[in-house]
Amino acid sequence: MNMSDVKKVLVRVRVNGEAREAEVEPRTLLVEFLREHLNLTGTHVGCDTTYCGACTVTLNGRTVKSCTLFAPMANGAEITTVEGLSKNGKLHPIQEAFAACHGLQCGYCTPGLLLSTLQLLKTNPKPSTEQMRKGIAGNTCRCTGYQNIFKSIRAAAAEMEKR
Amino acid sequence: MASKSVAKKLKRKTSRGPSANGAQAAPAKWVGQPIRRKEENRLVSGRGIFVDDEKMPGMLHIKFVRSSYPHAKIARLDVSQAEKFPGVVCTLTGAEIKKQVQPFIEIGPGGAQKIADYPMAVGKVVFQGEPVAAVVAETRLAAEDAAELVEVDYEPLQPVVTAENALKDESLLHPAMGTNRNWHGVFTYGDVEKAMKQAAHAVHIGRLHFHRFSSTPLECNVIIATWDPRSGDIEYHCNNTFPSFASQFLSPALGVRIDQIHMKSFDIGGGFGIKITSYPYMAVCALASRKARGRAVKWVETRIEHMQASAHGNERTFLDTRVALDKNGVVLAIDSKHVDDCGAFPRYEPLGCVIWAQVLPATYRVKNIRIDMHQVVTNKCPVGPNRGYSRMQHLWFMERILDICGQTLGIPADEMRLRNYIRKNEMPYKTPNGCVYDSGDYANMLSTAKKLIGWDDWKKKQAAARKEGRWIGLGIGSTLDSGTNNFGQARIINPDAPFSGQSKVGIVKLDIYGEVVVSMGSVPQGQGHETTAAQVVADALSITPDLVNVRPGFDTAHNAYTGHTGTYASQFAVTGLTAIHGAAMKLRKELSRLAAWKLQAKEKDLEFGVGAQGPEVRVSGTQKSINYWALANLVNVNNAGMPESLWDITLNCRHVFHANFQIPDVKRKYGNLTLTYAAQIHTAVVEVDRETFQPKILAYACVDDCGKAVNPRIVEGQVHGAAAHGIGAALLEDCAYDSDGNLLTATFSDYTPITAVNMPELLYAHTESPSPFTLNGAKGMGEGGAAPVHTICSALQDALYPTGVIIDDSHNTGDSLFRAVQKAETGGYAGMVQVEHRRPSR
Repeated sequence: MNMSDVKKVLVRVRVNGEAREAEVEPRTLLVEFLREHLNLTGTHVGCDTTYCGACTVTLNGRTVKSCTLFAPMANGAEITTVEGLSKNGKLHPIQEAFAACHGLQCGYCTPGLLLSTLQLLKTNPKPSTEQMRKGIAGNTCRCTGYQNIFKSIRAAAAEMEKR
Repeated sequence: MASKSVAKKLKRKTSRGPSANGAQAAPAKWVGQPIRRKEENRLVSGRGIFVDDEKMPGMLHIKFVRSSYPHAKIARLDVSQAEKFPGVVCTLTGAEIKKQVQPFIEIGPGGAQKIADYPMAVGKVVFQGEPVAAVVAETRLAAEDAAELVEVDYEPLQPVVTAENALKDESLLHPAMGTNRNWHGVFTYGDVEKAMKQAAHAVHIGRLHFHRFSSTPLECNVIIATWDPRSGDIEYHCNNTFPSFASQFLSPALGVRIDQIHMKSFDIGGGFGIKITSYPYMAVCALASRKARGRAVKWVETRIEHMQASAHGNERTFLDTRVALDKNGVVLAIDSKHVDDCGAFPRYEPLGCVIWAQVLPATYRVKNIRIDMHQVVTNKCPVGPNRGYSRMQHLWFMERILDICGQTLGIPADEMRLRNYIRKNEMPYKTPNGCVYDSGDYANMLSTAKKLIGWDDWKKKQAAARKEGRWIGLGIGSTLDSGTNNFGQARIINPDAPFSGQSKVGIVKLDIYGEVVVSMGSVPQGQGHETTAAQVVADALSITPDLVNVRPGFDTAHNAYTGHTGTYASQFAVTGLTAIHGAAMKLRKELSRLAAWKLQAKEKDLEFGVGAQGPEVRVSGTQKSINYWALANLVNVNNAGMPESLWDITLNCRHVFHANFQIPDVKRKYGNLTLTYAAQIHTAVVEVDRETFQPKILAYACVDDCGKAVNPRIVEGQVHGAAAHGIGAALLEDCAYDSDGNLLTATFSDYTPITAVNMPELLYAHTESPSPFTLNGAKGMGEGGAAPVHTICSALQDALYPTGVIIDDSHNTGDSLFRAVQKAETGGYAGMVQVEHRRPSR
């Protein structure tokens, strides 16, 4: 097999409101597509096996682990990554809450957690602690012990309720 | 053993830089405040710069071919098909690399010096996942595809999986060493035999085992290496967290000068010590770049590679433990044989064979201790200094002793500890091996931790639950986090080891337009160093933290390094911040001298602060002032007319931290090995389900004491994080090998790092015993001492008390507890603990 023999496919998406496209090998993972081809490096890879959720993004309104989808499966989709959360230079209330409550340390898992939180609060604006645990069950954080993440989610929920 | 004289001798421990009239800083305003971290905004916006986010022009990708066998001879290795694969630039094999490099330095003495640790396997493999070849290609996918075409034939050898088997020397990992035991030494203090004779109770405890786990940073190892054929310099963008250690290993191995190794990091996705030993991969990436004629080579470790072949924490087995106690349960003496398992290559080891001795008596007054310490190599992943390194294994052992003896003598866990704790009024406390515990009040911490969790209420609930046949237990874990280590302890391992003491660098400068810029000699991975550095500098210059620009990450080009530079061993609050403070005070003195000349005033009449035109120096009681822009201008671009007496001013101030450490007495294994002792005492209530045997935490409380907290918000976050690692380690996470040496937990789905679902709510309190030996009374505290491992084992022991189970392993799951209860039912623990009560002889 020759590298030039690999048939590339065109993947077109709307990411953070912007139309983007690239030709990629069909086996390209969505997370690689975002990071390597679209230069959106805020989305991370932590485990390669759909456990840790560092690669979480929103795809057509649902959170997905972008390490577990091939890029062509996202063709035509609407995607939100961490880079798309703030508007006009102002942090999204979830971002602000994580920053204010020290809901992160190294920050590697944070983009995925922000998007899982976005999904959680969209479907359940006032989650209990147990609901929060389940809402972020697919996101591993190795630094915070989750305590300040719960605090951040509560603060974000309170702020978003006001709006 | 407490004494004022110890305190006196050790006072003014650390170098603080000059102070003078006008150059003296005002009292702390920012240090001690829980301010928001400078790091947060970029990290919540996806603007962090992690190594894998970086691309270099013409960058290539490397993929390792790894051994599926834990111990085997490489009979044939053929890379020819891989080399023909489109997009492949070159390959590397162990045999080829052997011709180009020197084996890495070994820290251990004697036979250990004969271990040939090359960055890839040469002739034989000694652990599953060990790299045997590498493929370098234009794209990552091409490298991966081509790596599949490398053919390797192995002739399996007998694997050595357990420490006890390693000691038998039936199969040798490194035949040149002649044994699998790479270090041995006896640590003896006091008179153990005399104490044994005088004891009212002698307790013999059988095998205890501290399991292998890793704090598994979420970001794996990543390296981009460029070995420029023109300059001969190697540039590394990487997330190694102890770059000075790495460069001192790489320099002789690769034959380059230290100044030719340029290392750079920006954001790092967690480390916890595990990334310290990535230097073999750094060597291969550099060699690959050289072979590719100086093109950059990137390696992004996969999670399976990380689990199999980066680093695990040390595993330790404790054999034949004898404990002497007086009639009240006060421990008089401990005698035990410890076998540490460092995996296939020592690398940072055998330093772990002495680092535990920083906490020799743990939080207790026991004076007579004899530990027969061994370390062996096994066919498993090499170990690295994982969070709580070497001390947590020993502290767990000490806590198991307290609990097992307490249960045997019918003394409750809290009472047992109160009878044995070192008292507050004994601080600073000199341990039997010459370490000095700087401060602490363990009894008060325990009382706080009991109150926090509602200990007495839980005792009542436990009694009621026991009547219903439920297994509920209360546990205590007392732990120390010794920080700012004296590298002189390496002499106890190898008298020829040419290092001692501790140093860290801080640089504070005024740039051309008067910007305050700090370069740190640390490699932060989430600990908020940018923020605490800004707090310290803000106080030193009487400005605000937002006016202090701290360069994120580490860069050898900043020249803020010594041979000890890295982030490890719970010390930035002491070493890094003292260095930065010293540099800021030097800058303040320079600004004071400059301003005195320019404003024609006396230095003692000057005030520092923030005026309408930014940070400035003013003459008190007048309108006269000069701002930082003007001061920087005088030195950098406008220096005509400056008197010669001021020509030594650079506005680029570097300060090196020193502690008053001595080289230990190697023969007696005696000396002060660490500067500060933060403590944590945890309490927990755990229930073991009668049907599933699954342990569940019902309540959990942490109390920490790290002296004066520079930023209480960061301290609390570190306590939470260390607690999660400990709870994960105690109940979930295990680097489990089968008897053939296969790693069974090589993915996160098997290893199951703790998630939000398993993590209990942590009750938290901070107590404060300022260190008499440090700037601001702070102590390093990031590692935490794995308190939950001790605490949960203590609670499980208490919960299963009616069954006769002895908790003898640090890792406990529903499955293992089921087997433990079965073992107890069939009398399997008979003889595990033997007690001899006798009339003490005089």
